[in-house]
Amino acid sequence: MNSKTQNKMAIGALYGIAGFVVLILLALLGYILISGTPQLSWHFLTAPAKAFLKGGGVGVQLFNSFYLLFLAMLISFPIALGAAIYLYEYAKNNWLTTTIRTAIEILSSLPSVVVGLFGFLFFVVKLRLGFSILSGAFALTFFNLPLLTRSIEDSLRTISETQREGGLALGLSRWETVTKVILPAAVPSILTGVILSAGRVFGEAAALIYTAGQSAPALNFMDWNPFNISSPLNPMRPAETLAVHIWKINSEGIMPDAKAISSGSSAVLVLAILIFNFAARYLGKRLYKRLTSA
Amino acid sequence: MLTSNDVRDDEAMQERHVTQLTDVGEDIILSTHDLHVFYGQHEALFEGDLQFANHKITALIGPSGSGKSTFLRSLNRMNDRIATVTGQIMYRGVDVNQPAIDVYEMRRRVGMVFQRPNPFAKSIYDNIAFALQLRGVTDRHQLDEIVETSLRQAALWDQVKDELNKSALALSGGQAQRLCIARAIAVKPDILLLDEPASALDPVSTSQLEDTLLDLKQKYTIIIVTHNMQQAARISDYTAFFNAGRVLEYDTTSQIFTNPQVKITSDYVSGNFG
Repeated sequence: MNSKTQNKMAIGALYGIAGFVVLILLALLGYILISGTPQLSWHFLTAPAKAFLKGGGVGVQLFNSFYLLFLAMLISFPIALGAAIYLYEYAKNNWLTTTIRTAIEILSSLPSVVVGLFGFLFFVVKLRLGFSILSGAFALTFFNLPLLTRSIEDSLRTISETQREGGLALGLSRWETVTKVILPAAVPSILTGVILSAGRVFGEAAALIYTAGQSAPALNFMDWNPFNISSPLNPMRPAETLAVHIWKINSEGIMPDAKAISSGSSAVLVLAILIFNFAARYLGKRLYKRLTSA
Repeated sequence: MLTSNDVRDDEAMQERHVTQLTDVGEDIILSTHDLHVFYGQHEALFEGDLQFANHKITALIGPSGSGKSTFLRSLNRMNDRIATVTGQIMYRGVDVNQPAIDVYEMRRRVGMVFQRPNPFAKSIYDNIAFALQLRGVTDRHQLDEIVETSLRQAALWDQVKDELNKSALALSGGQAQRLCIARAIAVKPDILLLDEPASALDPVSTSQLEDTLLDLKQKYTIIIVTHNMQQAARISDYTAFFNAGRVLEYDTTSQIFTNPQVKITSDYVSGNFG
């Protein structure tokens, strides 16, 4: 066999593998969307769930998912940003940074159910936060922190070393160089990373089952005082998210339309994550364009 | 063909010819004494002893790896985090190579332009203005004025005056390098260090850049590393020849190019190696 045919075969095999991956994705997406989209309606997206009767919605779960995502990002983004800046801009390569990097690596490969059980023991039981949005947000922070740190560090790495030299040569301190030169230039790529990790957090179930809980008490959407128990903003209430809801009704749902609700919820979840992904690309590109031309 | 290792082996018998500019009546703004630079265990520069004349252009030439860029980057302490620099760097009578010196203030007096143009991902205006704003210049009129004069001095004003709010990343290579010069002179330095500033530019931009540097000589002391010997000959007043981490010859540019005293210098400027 000469090298030309060998090359052709290799390319053919690679195409085949790539096509297979795309096929799996399309099959999954197709199945979920085809079986789920017919269930979608304004009522489904806004009404509260029903435990025993037909016609429940996922309004509360949907809100919980977004609120938890928001809180988890609020906690994890500043920490991840600080860690990434330290690791990439300041830290020298020594045993300490090697240890930190290894810790991040291990943390990012922890199964999320383990993170969830740890969150249950520590936040729910030990710190007495109970099954609450706050416990869930902390658990999600643990889950999200390593991935987000690494993605921000990668964003900083894409900014050329010559930019740092340029800042320092103007008499800026390292901190000024990072905050005024490097971070603004890295914003598009950091934003993309944040949105993509938001997609992962949004779909997370295992880490939340034992932390944010599996019940979604009815909410009064007129009450925005975070200290009231029926207020959507109250961070101490149990909050089943959409992903947990799907798991729950599939394992113990007793409403007559459980299957339809599960399909509809899956479709909502997948659509939300698709929107996150496309938004990340679109915003990243747009911001980059605005920085480089205009 | 000579390699830098060959030269190092017989360094003991090496001839050197380093002119003391104080002897020829120059006003010295910057000088180095017994400067050594180590990257870890590796010594990249052995005794760089040079004096730089005020409002003159000094070119640093020599083969790759001869230590000229290392030397230049030590002058404004850009090597601080990468290398160990020992010895004295006297700037207007003060040794700036000591820990007590405010290195940020010092770099404002000794500016630097790099090999690859590195405009920030900001507008042309902000590229120049933002370092000033960080230093407390907030008056809009004053900022406008500094931006305009800096761009004029860097010979870029006429090309960009209508698009100051455009991103600097959209500029061509030559324009971007001028912007970097404008940015460096906006903070009003005494000395401009340039590390092969034309190596990424086309011939036309290079010759424009050289004209700009000749103009800037009126106001600034310029020290330029170049691997382009015609460039050194065209624009510099003094030239230092580096080889294998040492300054082997330092004299007026015309001496170096027409009547070099050291054999290796003569080999290098006549293109026999390097």
